[in-house]
Amino acid sequence: MTDHPILTVDRLNVGFASRQGVMDVLHGVSFELHRGRTTCIVGESGSGKSVTARTILNMVPRPGIINGGRILFDPEGTGRPTVLTDLDPRGREIRAIRGGRIGMIFQEPMSSLSPVHTIGNQIVEAVRLHRDCSKAEAREIARDMLEQVEIPQPEKALDKYAFEYSGGMRQRAMIAMALSCHPDVLIADEPTTALDVTTQAEILDLMRKLQDELHMAIMFITHDMGVVAEIADQVVVMEKGHVVEQGGVEQIFTAPRHRYTRKLLGAVKRLEEPATEKRRPAKAAGPVLKVQDLALHFEKREGFLQRVTDTVRAVDGVSFTLHEGEALGIVGESGSGKTTVGRCIARVYDPQGGVMDYRGQDLMAAEGARLRESRREVRMIFQDPFASLNPRMTVKQLIAEPLIVNGLASGQALEDRVAKLLTDVGLDPGMMERYPHAFSGGQRQRIVVARAIALDPKVVIADEPTSALDVSIRTQVLDLLLKLQADLGLSFIFISHDMAVIRYFCDRVAVMFRGRIVEIGETEQIITDPQHPYTRALLSSVPIADPTLRGTRTRHRYHPETA
Amino acid sequence: MIWRFILKRILWMVPFLFAVSVVAFLLIQAPPGDYLTTYIAKLGESNEVLDQASVENLRARFGLDQPLYVQYFKWVGNLVQGDFGMSFEWRQPVSDLVWGRMALTLMLSFATLLFTWAVAFPIGVYSAVRKYSVGDYIATTIGFIGLATPNFLLALILMYVGVVHFGSDVGGLFSNEYANAPWSWGKFVDLMQHLWLPVVVLGTSATASLIRIMRANLLDELNKPYVDTARAKGLSEFWLIMKYPVRVALNPFISTIGWVLPNLVSGAVVTAIVLSLPTAGPLMLQALLSQDMYLAGAFVLLLSSLTVIGMLISDILLVLLDPRVRYE
Amino acid sequence: MSKATETDALDDPQSRELPADAHYHDAPALEADERPDRVAIASQWQLIWWSFRRHKLAMVGLWVIGLLYFVALFAEFIAPNDPTQQNRRAVYHPPQMVRFLDIREDGWSIRPFVYEMDRQRDPETLAISYVPSGDKIYLRLFGRGEEYKFWGLWETDIHLLATVKPRDNFFIFGADRLGRDMFSRVMYGTRISMSIGLVGVAISLVLGITLGGLSGYYGGRVDAVIQRLIEFVLSLPTIPIWLALAAALPPSWPIYQQYFVITLIVSLVGWTELGRVVRGRFLAMKNEDFVIAARLDGASERRIIFRHMLPSLTSHIIASLTLAIPLMILAETSLSFLGLGLQPPAISWGVLLKEAQNILTISQAPWLFIPGAFVVVAVLAFNFLGDGMRDAADPYEH
Repeated sequence: MTDHPILTVDRLNVGFASRQGVMDVLHGVSFELHRGRTTCIVGESGSGKSVTARTILNMVPRPGIINGGRILFDPEGTGRPTVLTDLDPRGREIRAIRGGRIGMIFQEPMSSLSPVHTIGNQIVEAVRLHRDCSKAEAREIARDMLEQVEIPQPEKALDKYAFEYSGGMRQRAMIAMALSCHPDVLIADEPTTALDVTTQAEILDLMRKLQDELHMAIMFITHDMGVVAEIADQVVVMEKGHVVEQGGVEQIFTAPRHRYTRKLLGAVKRLEEPATEKRRPAKAAGPVLKVQDLALHFEKREGFLQRVTDTVRAVDGVSFTLHEGEALGIVGESGSGKTTVGRCIARVYDPQGGVMDYRGQDLMAAEGARLRESRREVRMIFQDPFASLNPRMTVKQLIAEPLIVNGLASGQALEDRVAKLLTDVGLDPGMMERYPHAFSGGQRQRIVVARAIALDPKVVIADEPTSALDVSIRTQVLDLLLKLQADLGLSFIFISHDMAVIRYFCDRVAVMFRGRIVEIGETEQIITDPQHPYTRALLSSVPIADPTLRGTRTRHRYHPETA
Repeated sequence: MIWRFILKRILWMVPFLFAVSVVAFLLIQAPPGDYLTTYIAKLGESNEVLDQASVENLRARFGLDQPLYVQYFKWVGNLVQGDFGMSFEWRQPVSDLVWGRMALTLMLSFATLLFTWAVAFPIGVYSAVRKYSVGDYIATTIGFIGLATPNFLLALILMYVGVVHFGSDVGGLFSNEYANAPWSWGKFVDLMQHLWLPVVVLGTSATASLIRIMRANLLDELNKPYVDTARAKGLSEFWLIMKYPVRVALNPFISTIGWVLPNLVSGAVVTAIVLSLPTAGPLMLQALLSQDMYLAGAFVLLLSSLTVIGMLISDILLVLLDPRVRYE
Repeated sequence: MSKATETDALDDPQSRELPADAHYHDAPALEADERPDRVAIASQWQLIWWSFRRHKLAMVGLWVIGLLYFVALFAEFIAPNDPTQQNRRAVYHPPQMVRFLDIREDGWSIRPFVYEMDRQRDPETLAISYVPSGDKIYLRLFGRGEEYKFWGLWETDIHLLATVKPRDNFFIFGADRLGRDMFSRVMYGTRISMSIGLVGVAISLVLGITLGGLSGYYGGRVDAVIQRLIEFVLSLPTIPIWLALAAALPPSWPIYQQYFVITLIVSLVGWTELGRVVRGRFLAMKNEDFVIAARLDGASERRIIFRHMLPSLTSHIIASLTLAIPLMILAETSLSFLGLGLQPPAISWGVLLKEAQNILTISQAPWLFIPGAFVVVAVLAFNFLGDGMRDAADPYEH
């Protein structure tokens, strides 16, 4: 293997034109891609990763303009590279390279595929754009590609639409399409971010396998240091349009030089183990909440007569006990029913069967005043801090709302209480007249927390409270919750898809799969010695943020008979 | 799958058509008095007086003395057999009067629909792809004015222009020599020469709104990730826009037939009156004013059925075009 | 699921700095009162106003509509004449331009006047024509003219423009076949046409909010029934139905009764669109996290609807209402034009346009089209305004 770069990004500058003039979003970005190697571009949202990727294909999103630097493409290693940035963005030359020499896959496989064309149609089109072949031949190639990305029954799959595929299958189809002309470079823009961890692990495996087969350079964009550790050879760290550090993956993980790299790594590393400042519940702590055989089936009703046409067993016989001062995690992938369990306990949904016993009160049957009473003690934190705060109310009104409707405070006392709550969650009380739009995601989640603890609750249901936040903010919010747990003696039901967050925060964990708890126990024990095959599959899929451990563990797959 | 959907949709027409017939019947019954009252008043003007017995006699003959629901079921029962009853005023079967005019109405609406699409589609696509260009501004401005001008006003203005600047009367659908002639090639050509004016008049506001809809839909679609996917494949800009976003934006465009047709049929009534076209509008207005119940009822019913069928067609087209609808 | 904003990355939680670009990075230059500290405490309506203000066409629409409603309110004062007063010697009198620069042999002055026109009969064809006599008819701002009862309350004779000599006449928009002053008639017509839109929309609002709200809030079978009803009403061709309904009105009814029933008839269309908007919003919002949060806070159903849901709906409702008004105006105009809407002596733009039905008449007196221009301008202005409002209605959406 000759070691000349196949693609060179050289002091690239991209600006967005606006009324005030051109605002640069990329400042002199430089890096190289090599054949057979994976280069990860890592950074948090807004760092300019995606703009870089699109600029390589000369697809700068409007109103962006390239105002400096070059991108050189030299697939044959002749030393006479094509200057991609000089090509007409609509011209024939760049179009021959797009899809032909450089393939690209995107974050959202659903919206990145046309909803009204079959998968086969879209792949055949890609093939015929760059290869001189008949429709039948192209279809043959497309079928082979689907087989290569391990889509079952590829012949049938060709004639299906994107919405008939599952998320993972869609991304496989995207990959098949991007690779159908055997490109020299594959650009993958957060290809696994929208997927569950087990699916993510499968897609990463697949990309590695294909890279070996096709010997291409991969540019992999991600914000997840765990994924970087899993697949990168080279790492480019970007922050606010600057490349702040680049190097080999081991150097980046073992000896990061830049402050920002250390910060990204620190945020991930800290989630590798339980929080040090975690206060354990007392051994003799009694139960606060007992849930037994909880069941909720969603019925899909259709037509004028509202007949039941389909039933989804979202929660199918779930039992657990929450002890005083304990943090119980519920982990599972999308569709596992974990959020529904949380919402049943908060009585957002009315479960159809089972027992929910909160300190002797029957939560299932509570109505009217008694339901209000129990809702004061069992509170909820939502996932999306943008959706859960009414944008039309000030922070003061938002936090005061539970106090007002429960008649707990008014006038100056109310104001003092809101100020105190804001201080408790680490916000300046002087900001209480502001509206939510004036706050960042992390700050908003603090407001949500303040609202939840306003009523001195005993139990807090936290539904993915950190997953809408960037990594570096996550630990801050988790630490806040830990501090409040210690100060106020709260019990948590902590719902998450992220094993690392669960490990950091929870004493015990319940693993959910298709509406059932498949395994429950001490967090550390489950992580070190999982019993259920699904738990094993889940744990073995979680990327480890340590490149030296790459390939040291066996991946488990779990496909129950119904799959 | 598709056939089941279409069958279900066709079955849905039954209650809709029933409701339409009830509405039509009630509307006809709504005015105080009935045709005889009007008739007697008319006779009174010419100093003829009908004695009570002959009035009762006439009432019984037209079935006007029976309770409402009986009259309704009689009416519907006959309708099903193609008998729309007698026109009081014209003294001939309603079906003789309406079909010719309905056919012209249908033809006019269909021609307008084609015109509307032919104009709105390219302009809408252009406006979206070249957003904020001079052409987009011109299209948007004309679109807005088209929307704001009532049909009859546009008809009047065009007629005014015709008379003052070209010295010709542009109303009607046929020249005098063809008005009552049997169908022939000459008559057809003559019709085409007259048709453009009502088509333009009728089509303007629908075209304007379709342009806006196409533009808005396409603007939404142009930013979707799948457009980037297609671009990253190396597809040329023109084809990628035509094959993907335009194709997707076409769906709402198709579903608009459902409401464009009612609008066209409505507009056709007013326009026809202004331009004195031999379509349903003027005769219906006359029938309503003289309370010629069966005639007016037939028109209201047929025009409403026309739009209900239009909705059906647009729904079926949508299912054929959009795989997502099929699998829902 | 939306990702939290880019600014989170390095956000110090204790920071008092605002994420200046968190939500406004695609907004054009902030204006003076939109500095970040003002934005932070800006209520929904302030944000809506700021975003609406950038919509230039919508602002033009707002001014035009303001002006039209001003005319509607003060029609008696603005109209120089009694709109029903006939004048045999002014039949089809052409429009006269009001001029301000008065140049005489002895100098010039700024003073409103029109050129007088003399009526002449062609001795051969007997056709009547008007030719300038060369004389000037002087006008006075806030001058005295005919007596009228302002809003039916105060007797006065002050008009915006009146002739200096009480016996003179002037016709800014010309005169109709009975020599009535078109300008005065259009001003009075503005009152009825513009208010029909408002009243019709009020009725639509009640229907739309009730049915749409019921549909969206209860869902299930109630929703299914109301949805079918809306579909049905939408599939009906409106004009034949209106015609049939309007034909049922006895022409002998007094004006106010006709007015009310016609408004009712035209509002029968408007409510469906509004009902759909309200339903859609209600359905979507019912499951919004912030509404669930309010429920978990212990808020009553009443409080949830009025304190948490309605404030998010009002701006959308107002925008939809604004877009419904022009439909009502067009409907009334069409009905009256066909002679099935308001009947003379009521004056609306549609009634006035009825005068222009005959092609021979309008080729002789094209100024009879002027009410049509008012219709077009009003409808355009409402559409601009409504579009701008719809775009600005949700300042939190990107």
